[in-house]
Amino acid sequence: MRMIDPATAAAIFAADDSATAGLSRRDFLKNTAAVGLVFGLQLAANKKAAAADVGEVAPGAFAPNAFVRIAPDNVVTLVIKHHEMGQGATTGLATILAEELDAELAAVNIEYAPANAALYKNLAFGSQGTGGSTAIANSFEQMRQAGATARSMLVSAAAQRWKVPASSIGVSNGVLRSGAHRATFGELAVAASQQPVPQSVTLKDPSQFKLIGKQQTRRVDSLAKCTGKATYTIDVKLPGLLTAVIERPPAFGAKLISFDARAAKAIKGVTDVVQVAEGVAVVATGMWPAIQGRRALKVQWDGGASGLNTAALYQDYRQRAAGAGGATVTRDPQTAAALASAASRVEAVYEFPYLAHAPMEPLNCVAWLHDGMLETWGAHQFPAFDHALAAKAAGLPMDKVKLHSLISGGSFGRRANAASDFVVEAVNVAKAIGRPVPVRVQRTREDDMRAGWYRPLYVHAVKAGLDAQGDVVGWQHAIVGQSIMAATPMAAGIKDGNDSSSTEGVWPTPYKIPAMTAELHSPTQAVPPLWWRSVGHTHTAFVMETMLDELAHAARQDPVAFRLKLLKDQPRLAGVIRMAADKAGWSSPMPAGKARGFASHYSFDTYVAQVAEVSLKPDGSVRVERVVVAVDCGVSVNPDQIVAQMEGGVGFALAAALYGQIDIAKGTVTQSNFHDYRVLRIDEMPKVDVHIVNSTQAPTGVGEPGVPPLAPAVANAIASLTGHRVRRLPLAGQTFTRA
Amino acid sequence: MLEFKVNSQSQSVDVDPTTPLLWVLRDNLGLTGTKFGCGMAQCGACTVHMDGMPMRSCSLPVSVVAGKQITTIEGLQSKTAQAVQKAWVDLDVVQCGYCQSGQIMSAVALLESKPKPSDEDIDQAMGGNICRCATYVRIRAAIHAAAAQLSA
Ligand code: FES
Ligand code: FES
Repeated sequence: MRMIDPATAAAIFAADDSATAGLSRRDFLKNTAAVGLVFGLQLAANKKAAAADVGEVAPGAFAPNAFVRIAPDNVVTLVIKHHEMGQGATTGLATILAEELDAELAAVNIEYAPANAALYKNLAFGSQGTGGSTAIANSFEQMRQAGATARSMLVSAAAQRWKVPASSIGVSNGVLRSGAHRATFGELAVAASQQPVPQSVTLKDPSQFKLIGKQQTRRVDSLAKCTGKATYTIDVKLPGLLTAVIERPPAFGAKLISFDARAAKAIKGVTDVVQVAEGVAVVATGMWPAIQGRRALKVQWDGGASGLNTAALYQDYRQRAAGAGGATVTRDPQTAAALASAASRVEAVYEFPYLAHAPMEPLNCVAWLHDGMLETWGAHQFPAFDHALAAKAAGLPMDKVKLHSLISGGSFGRRANAASDFVVEAVNVAKAIGRPVPVRVQRTREDDMRAGWYRPLYVHAVKAGLDAQGDVVGWQHAIVGQSIMAATPMAAGIKDGNDSSSTEGVWPTPYKIPAMTAELHSPTQAVPPLWWRSVGHTHTAFVMETMLDELAHAARQDPVAFRLKLLKDQPRLAGVIRMAADKAGWSSPMPAGKARGFASHYSFDTYVAQVAEVSLKPDGSVRVERVVVAVDCGVSVNPDQIVAQMEGGVGFALAAALYGQIDIAKGTVTQSNFHDYRVLRIDEMPKVDVHIVNSTQAPTGVGEPGVPPLAPAVANAIASLTGHRVRRLPLAGQTFTRA
Repeated sequence: MLEFKVNSQSQSVDVDPTTPLLWVLRDNLGLTGTKFGCGMAQCGACTVHMDGMPMRSCSLPVSVVAGKQITTIEGLQSKTAQAVQKAWVDLDVVQCGYCQSGQIMSAVALLESKPKPSDEDIDQAMGGNICRCATYVRIRAAIHAAAAQLSA
């Protein structure tokens, strides 16, 4: 353990595991090789200690490890260490546990893990948190072991009780049987808890799986979410709970000069008006009086970053992209010569706007300071950040801070925030009130939309050359955009100015591109940047896949064949490319007025290829009619959830491709709600046909990888239909005419 | 005092009459199945039925509701509602789930007025309900499945 400064989030990763400290995010995501070792240590941990940390374990309950608890009343509780934001991690982890335990999946009780890195860290990061499409990948072996260990102890208990050999005992749907003997898990809970924890267990052969990989394995949270019973942060009920909204700076960086709370306090239901680091909080007995109170508040701010304009940023970034002085991402000394002697060249500059995550549930958190401790209720996607920063804001040691982790109404990256902004503000308000009452800080949509933490604005400039045979001979690439990692605990992973979260997807690239050079410029701005579903791949895939398409056309070659030529040693990527092309009927002609576009991308260890079919509406805007998806994510744990994530990824990416754009004028965000930050609606959702590669490789993530190929596939289809190359997103406001 | 019925129960509340029904349901009556997403009739997360009609409760002052019958996700009981919820579960429509109370309220209202909706009818009736997780493919399929089950 290395503690740099325990009071800052910067210490969190470094403190967790010296083996992973100082690595980039990509390295964290890759560095899963230590899984077995970490797990071994975990299992060896004293089972009573483990039980004590997993929350309320009923007397007589069987808690063989931190993930499984079986009570004598036969309630089987599975503890889920990952944040559920819709991606289905809960169902995935529960499926894996229930598979090896032979529990009845539909009957299990789900509980979300408390903040406890020793027990619940993400094995891909070394700290507790959810992101990078790692939930299934890092948990697969761990959950199998946890389930199998519990099963083995139940079997030993039954063997002892019935005096039969363990091998004669069969287990299914939470019931053990041997001959005429029969017992539920609950009936054996007490006896099982007295069994020694086995040093090693035998896992099922995949041919024995009853739940994993089965189409009929369903989500465990559907019913609660279809009946209004699921509890999100906005639904938390506590005695005397107050609601607060915060009047926030109108421009980035603006500082509070003064405020007059008299009119606000006159609103019935307003209890407090307090100044906090985030602005002025109006606290009330409910949301409406809080909003009314905030409207009545008079606040004066200084100008902040009033010189900040996105229009000027594009100009500035284009200049930087054309200039020298970028950090080296990759350098081939032959690039200039290769481009100079190329038979033909394609050059392009691409522009990508700031993007808000706009999760359906606006950000919120409940904080309650009482009896020398702090409790929070929230969508703690990254307990590692939230725990340390909540404690710091409260001025309490971490062991006096209890996090209650709830599901969220979407995140897309927003709730994994190294500054824990939405948690800290709740603690600050609770502290400022100065009474031991719980308070929920609830953002309105406008608060949520305008407070920053966006996918940064990026500009790319690319020059690529072809020889007379149409083969790529050189590639010069410049990327300009804020560093996401610079302000996080992973800043140490930025080597020589090269933030991989800006460049992933350009370099390293699976394509065999000779003489490639790439540079990165990372200007700083007053707008806080954040990862956004698929992070760097949101823009790098667009540039790589549209440029390759353009080069294929310049070389008069089929774009699919052109890609495959550059992927001779990439069988899995080539595999999804062939599958998508085949399933979409790539070589068959499209009806008049429609065209197909192709894109593929490797991200988060998963391979995805997409074919988009587009047409033009009468007003010249684009309609995406169908998207064919091929995905290789290793073993399919929940095939239907893989399909769901591909469908959702396509829709989420299409929303951004069509409309996503945050503008800033004089330091102030122009957009405020869904009327001017448009998202996808049902009439714009294409048909999505998903095909999953049958694989025995280790499972990898699906939450993010469906996103990157969509926009370039659509842009390539537009080029095929109109001859026009799309070089900036969103498409809104750009109209096209058929070639 | 304002009086109205919520899920067949009489309620009377003493609040500022401009208070949107959404916050009365959530903060005064503890019915938190109805969600807040935008506060300006853009997203449909707050959809409830007023005398059977789908309404955006975030933009409906509680004074307008006086004397009316309100149904929220917690009070859904009709045959149509059961078919819709069953189809939603069968097809695993939900992801984060936050929009789905509103989606289901809109879908039930649609099927109650149009038992066999076309895709265009679905676009029309569901166009005001945003799903950021983009579960639209399954929402459409589930509405068709519920319609088929109801007519079987
Ligand atoms: S919250 Fe009412 S429509 Fe969005
Ligand atoms: S399921 Fe997440 S917003 Fe619809």
